[in-house]
Amino acid sequence: MAITTADLPVRRRPGRAARTPYLLIAPAVIAMLGFLVYPMASVLYYSLQHYNVTKPWDNGFAGLDNFRRLLFEDPLFWQSLGFSVKWVGVEVFLQLLFGLALALIVNETFVGRGLARAMVFSPWAVSGVLTTGIWVLLYNPTTGVSRYLADLGLMQYGAAPLANPDTVFWAAVLTELWRGVPFFAILLLADLQSISKELYEAASVDGASRRRRFIHITLPHLKDAIILSTLLRCVWEFNNVDLLYTLTGGGPAHATTTLPLYVAAKAVQSHDFGYGSALTTAAFLILTFFSIAYLRLSKFGATT
Amino acid sequence: MTLQTAERPRLAPTAQVPRTGRKERDRVSRWQIWVPLSLYLLFTLVPFYWMLVFAFRPRGSTSLLPWPITFENFETVWNDLSFALFFKNSLMVGIASLVMTTVVALAGGYALARYEFRGKRLFMIGMLCTQFIPGAMMLIPLFEIFRALGLVNSLWSLVIAETVFQLPLSLILISGFIKNVPVELEQAAWVDGCTRLRGFFAVVLPLLRPALVAVGSFAFIHSWNNFLFALMFVSEQEKFTVPVGLSYTLGEFSVDFGALAAGGVVAAVPVVLVFAVIQRYLVQGLSAGAVKG
Repeated sequence: MAITTADLPVRRRPGRAARTPYLLIAPAVIAMLGFLVYPMASVLYYSLQHYNVTKPWDNGFAGLDNFRRLLFEDPLFWQSLGFSVKWVGVEVFLQLLFGLALALIVNETFVGRGLARAMVFSPWAVSGVLTTGIWVLLYNPTTGVSRYLADLGLMQYGAAPLANPDTVFWAAVLTELWRGVPFFAILLLADLQSISKELYEAASVDGASRRRRFIHITLPHLKDAIILSTLLRCVWEFNNVDLLYTLTGGGPAHATTTLPLYVAAKAVQSHDFGYGSALTTAAFLILTFFSIAYLRLSKFGATT
Repeated sequence: MTLQTAERPRLAPTAQVPRTGRKERDRVSRWQIWVPLSLYLLFTLVPFYWMLVFAFRPRGSTSLLPWPITFENFETVWNDLSFALFFKNSLMVGIASLVMTTVVALAGGYALARYEFRGKRLFMIGMLCTQFIPGAMMLIPLFEIFRALGLVNSLWSLVIAETVFQLPLSLILISGFIKNVPVELEQAAWVDGCTRLRGFFAVVLPLLRPALVAVGSFAFIHSWNNFLFALMFVSEQEKFTVPVGLSYTLGEFSVDFGALAAGGVVAAVPVVLVFAVIQRYLVQGLSAGAVKG
């Protein structure tokens, strides 16, 4: 690239330089306006419409009718919302607990640490559908782990965790834990490594035990990372569809239908776009309020 | 994986220096590391092992060792279930969204890191808000947009959707990294007669390698794994991606566990390869970019 005097920043007209940042973010803005903001706006618009492909004679402005139906006439909305809350709560709590423990362990110095890290983190990169595939093999009564345990006399034959309404929740939780814990472990490990070693050394010279160093140095330092990763994970687990969709399909008998799965069923299978959009709007509002409340209550970024 | 064993060999001697002065209760005993770690590794690795055994052992065998090794399951999956085609489709989508995400995020990230401009705060807040938008619930409007653009049943619909959903996090990561590059380095290049663009390519870009590797590989892995968009926007079988193909073995061919497992191995291979390469950068990339903002 030839450099001419015209290219030098000093020679530029003042108006030109002010345009540069806008030109640079323009592609991102256009992409997000076109494919995130506009679709979101049209979801809001549809939520106020009767819009059912199979009943075109009924379509038109609905006001808040869809929301009234959702709040007062649809037990499946409340049921799927309840399952979503249970699913997110259990998943994120267990993932944080195991993820933190794991991060602390692989942050220690020991022989084979690198290999251990690689193995521990590996399920993180595995997709929902692939995770499902593997765990379907594991849970299957004739090919799965239970069959081999039964051969050894440790279990009864014929256990099918995914077909049993009593066990399907925990079977799904275990599967999602398998690929979810590494996410927390990676994020928290990254943050653990940024703690200065001198802090620990100074504390231990002052006679602080390992537990006290953990409580007074490690945890306060990790606070922001824990808050942020927990929030992100709550939102992702809430919105996550592919694992449950392929693992249980929301069944048996709606026992594992989360709100997004229910929305997909309403909108895609029964073509009720208006009502599906109202459900979407409700889910978006719930997530937004939860996130704001969470960030307020946790005083994110307040540590010094 | 071999990269890992060489990691920081020099840490051991320095780590032992303060230990001489410590009391016994300070030390992490070996069993406190190895017992939980082994249990967790068992939980992590048994499912992978299960898949490999089913993929490589002959049909009808119940052995827990994949012996004698056979490739018949892979032949079924690759030829009869057209995974070769799905693999190519997924690869194309993955690479295209990697390139688009990285380029757009690099430009935007530079603007956010190096310029003050009106609307910047609004843009940042907007990006944060997009994280709360449920991707699964945008299917209907996105489908209508792609239909209007004539992109339904085109792999471009997947590339665009993937890129857009990856952008906010990628932008935040990259701008965090650019902020960490001292602006004086760039100014020195300008003084030497570089344009802003040339200075960026010569000075900033080489330093951004860990960030680019992290962002690029996230984009690739994400779009390689994405199931829902691929399921909804593409219905022609010649355009299927690997996860969609895999989901069909789950449903229709559920009797053939060998094929399911072999399909799973095929789906996992590129991700494992990418993962092996980015291991070194991953922790570094995250600690400098995402968490610190």
